[in-house]
Amino acid sequence: MRPAALISQALEILVALAAAPLFLGWVSQCRAWLANRGAPSVFLPYRNLHKLFHKEAVLAQNASALFRIAPYVVFGTMVVAAGIIPSLSGRLPLVAAADAIALVGLFATARVFLSLAAMDVGTAFGTLGARREMMVGFLAEPALLMVIFVASLISATTALPAISAHLASERLSVDPSLAFTGVAFTLVLLAENARIPVDNPATHLELTMIHEAMLLEYSARHLALMEWASALRLFNYACIGFALFVPWGIAARGIGPLGLSLAVPVLALKLAAAGAGLAVIETLSAKLRVMRAPEFLATAFVFAVLGLLVHILLGGP
Amino acid sequence: MIELSFLLGIPAAGAIALALWGARGDAPEMNAAFSLGTFAAACALTLRVIAHGPQLLWREQFFIDAFNVFLVALTAFVGLTTSLFSRPYMRVEVAHGRLNPGRLRLYHSMYQLFMLTMLTALTTNNMGLLWVAMEGATLSTVLLVTLYRTPQSLEAGWKYFILCGVGIAQALFGTILLYFAAEKVLGAQGVAALEWTRLDAVKSQLEPTVLALAFVFLLVGYGTKAGLAPLHSWLPDAHAEGPTPISAVLSGLLLNVALYAVVRCKVLVEGSVHSALPSRMLMGFGLLSVVLASLLLFRQRDIKRLFAYSSIEHMGLATFAFGLSGPVATFAALLHMTVHSLTKSSIFFTVGHAAQKAGSQLVDDIRGLITLSPTVGWGLMMGTLAILGLPPFGVFASEFLILTTAMRQQPWSIPILLLALGIAFAAIFRRVQPMVFGDTQARRLPHAPALLPVFAHLAIVLLLGLYIPPYLADWYRAAAHLIGGR
Amino acid sequence: MTHVPFNQQLLNACAALMLLLSFAMLSQRRIVSLVNLFAVQGAVLAATTLLLAWRTGAGHLYFSAVLTLALKVAFLPWLLHRLIRRLGVYWDTEPLLEISGTMLAGILIVVFSFGLAEPIAHLASTSMRNAIGIAVAVVLLAFLMMITRRKAMSQVVGFLSMENGLFFAAMSATYGMPMIVELGVALDVLVAVLVLGVFFFQIREQFDSLDLHHLERLSEHQ
Repeated sequence: MRPAALISQALEILVALAAAPLFLGWVSQCRAWLANRGAPSVFLPYRNLHKLFHKEAVLAQNASALFRIAPYVVFGTMVVAAGIIPSLSGRLPLVAAADAIALVGLFATARVFLSLAAMDVGTAFGTLGARREMMVGFLAEPALLMVIFVASLISATTALPAISAHLASERLSVDPSLAFTGVAFTLVLLAENARIPVDNPATHLELTMIHEAMLLEYSARHLALMEWASALRLFNYACIGFALFVPWGIAARGIGPLGLSLAVPVLALKLAAAGAGLAVIETLSAKLRVMRAPEFLATAFVFAVLGLLVHILLGGP
Repeated sequence: MIELSFLLGIPAAGAIALALWGARGDAPEMNAAFSLGTFAAACALTLRVIAHGPQLLWREQFFIDAFNVFLVALTAFVGLTTSLFSRPYMRVEVAHGRLNPGRLRLYHSMYQLFMLTMLTALTTNNMGLLWVAMEGATLSTVLLVTLYRTPQSLEAGWKYFILCGVGIAQALFGTILLYFAAEKVLGAQGVAALEWTRLDAVKSQLEPTVLALAFVFLLVGYGTKAGLAPLHSWLPDAHAEGPTPISAVLSGLLLNVALYAVVRCKVLVEGSVHSALPSRMLMGFGLLSVVLASLLLFRQRDIKRLFAYSSIEHMGLATFAFGLSGPVATFAALLHMTVHSLTKSSIFFTVGHAAQKAGSQLVDDIRGLITLSPTVGWGLMMGTLAILGLPPFGVFASEFLILTTAMRQQPWSIPILLLALGIAFAAIFRRVQPMVFGDTQARRLPHAPALLPVFAHLAIVLLLGLYIPPYLADWYRAAAHLIGGR
Repeated sequence: MTHVPFNQQLLNACAALMLLLSFAMLSQRRIVSLVNLFAVQGAVLAATTLLLAWRTGAGHLYFSAVLTLALKVAFLPWLLHRLIRRLGVYWDTEPLLEISGTMLAGILIVVFSFGLAEPIAHLASTSMRNAIGIAVAVVLLAFLMMITRRKAMSQVVGFLSMENGLFFAAMSATYGMPMIVELGVALDVLVAVLVLGVFFFQIREQFDSLDLHHLERLSEHQ
């Protein structure tokens, strides 16, 4: 393995770790602007993390080891995922070990640990949140896989950087199957990251909350890791979206300083746009009842499958 | 040429005229007069075809040959007798308060429109126009089925519309496929690529896979309208809930025209596919209809539904015979279409009178027709015996021919057919017998209804059972040669 | 991968949109939105016809596009909206099959139609031959909608959508049917909707509702 590749791999993970909370902050700020509220600082998530890391951790009496391990596992999987997704450069040594399907598996692992930990203490809210989370995940995963299948079919590989490079090399064209999967992916992103039509990250309303309900028992550094992990998850999803649907600007070949120095501002631009878009979607849509969440995700699944079918039927452009 | 313009022009003019004056007191007579005119035109057209052979008219858009000319004559004839029957019948309905003049106007106008669509469907040479005319036939009768506006009739009308609409959509897809295959051979000629005569000329070059697929859709589509199982469920409802003259023309004519469309398609497909697939499909659907209808016959308590199921059975039998596809079987199928149409409409005439008198269509409410009115009683009894295939009526001749051919070509089907026919016989006879001969307390009717149409039909059926006139036999043979060609 | 000309891409996009709209109709419970979706589908159909007319230079396709636009985008939706207002039917009751179940059935139908259309698509020479499968799917999806809905109005929209699918099939397999046939079909559709309008009033007069479960009395037994 060449050192240049290692450097770019390390850089990518570091960028992800650093930019994820910022991205979250940016989305919140956009939402606040759209809602005509005074916007909190973009750096609020950092301050939160900083604060939480300096607190003393409190654990429930009946908490098992699983409860304590879970934050590290969840955080770890998200970091590894960030290493696989081509956000800055297409040449990543880690990719050899894991492709897009393994990526979905990583997300699933994180979800399982999160849910197990939530049920570990045995409070009502934790169980409720875990159950809802599993329901959402159970429905979102096939849709996500379907999205990845379509992209893999088009480019005949399941390695994300290769898919991304292939899609970037194509001439710009109207491709209905990619458009459909794009919509499906957006829906999955909203559901998986506890965004508004499915869950509301800003409230702790017991009737509707999913993600927050699972974190109620955590405090201090555990909570910080969990929050950081969920910021990373959003960041990761956004980067998957870029890799599949707006793959231009990712340094495919050149890992040299020039390529990377070009890739960073491009990524920043994309993230800014995506964050604003996400905020618009969240502002415009109303929170669905939990009972309707399956329908929401079924829509995502249907979109993804339609993308697949249209690709097969029309033979692709 | 001039005959055809009269044949189509008279019902068209009738539809308009009756839409304007259909509520007047003499509208039933006008209706009959228009039908008489149509029948005269049909006779003239028939004579011309006998004298000069097949005719290709109006820029090849209309085509009359041995196959459809006798159906045109039959359609016009039954159209005429039904209009004669409906004259007193609809008057009584108005007198009973079941209809008002406005609805009578709708009835008369739609009756003529229905005749127009059926005659167009029969005479057109263009498979696309055939589709349009078939759909037109559905649309013109939907509002007739719901003429009484009872909840049951509305349901029947809705079912009729939706099922036939869906069925006819399948047929449109089949037509598209046909056009698709034709375009490959004939080139992009527009209308010409859907003309039956042109398609017939090049049928051996048409792409077999596409035509086989097209046939499936066409058979399901037009088969729905012909009342073939399993898409038959609209038929009993529409027959039972509409006014009786409409039941008579639906059963006697519309089913024939739909079957005609199926057979026209079959000729093309068989020429292309070179396999037994179309024949097998016709046999399968036909046999299924015969069996299913005969089983369902047993459960019927409504006299019009009873005979509606009998229509499904007979259409199934004719379809089966077309599927056997030898000249003899096709001859028998054509004969069967003719005699069934005549017999069934005459049965509906008598049933209409009987139900009108009893004020109910339920078998249990109608008793002792023979004492109430011997004409109706004997008419119903003879019609029933004829439709059940007893000699010497024509249905016996056609069923006998079908069975003997089936025995030679498809012996496995004989036990099924015989069993189904036996069940149908028992089911119908046990219902009709007490209706005619049972005891009744009701008073004898002061005057017998004029049932000229009934006895005219039955006389022809009887005649066809005893002796088929040579020109008619030649005709059938020519048609059978055209269709069954192998 | 070979490059596809731009108007071909647009045609493909239209085909995909037709399919998407069919699914949208399948999942829609508001009858007003259903009619709107039908109008949009008609517009996509008209756009496809126009694109094909422009591409092949066939004059009768322009006419067909105008016909579609006038009938299926303007007149029929207007008529249906009027009917909805006059009859006061805005929502369909819960469909017979749950929405997600219907969707899954719909996906299976698309796969089936693809299999059905493949032999035809192989033989077709038109530039839209790939869309034949989609056209078949649109027809069958409309059929599915008719089966799973209870309200008469939704069934009618399903019926009309089926007609759209058939036109689309004709367009993609053979660049449309001969003019006279298309005119005849359009006339039939128009008359069908008018007849249905009359019919709806009859039904409501009888039952005070357009829910078709009233129409389930006629059984074999009477």
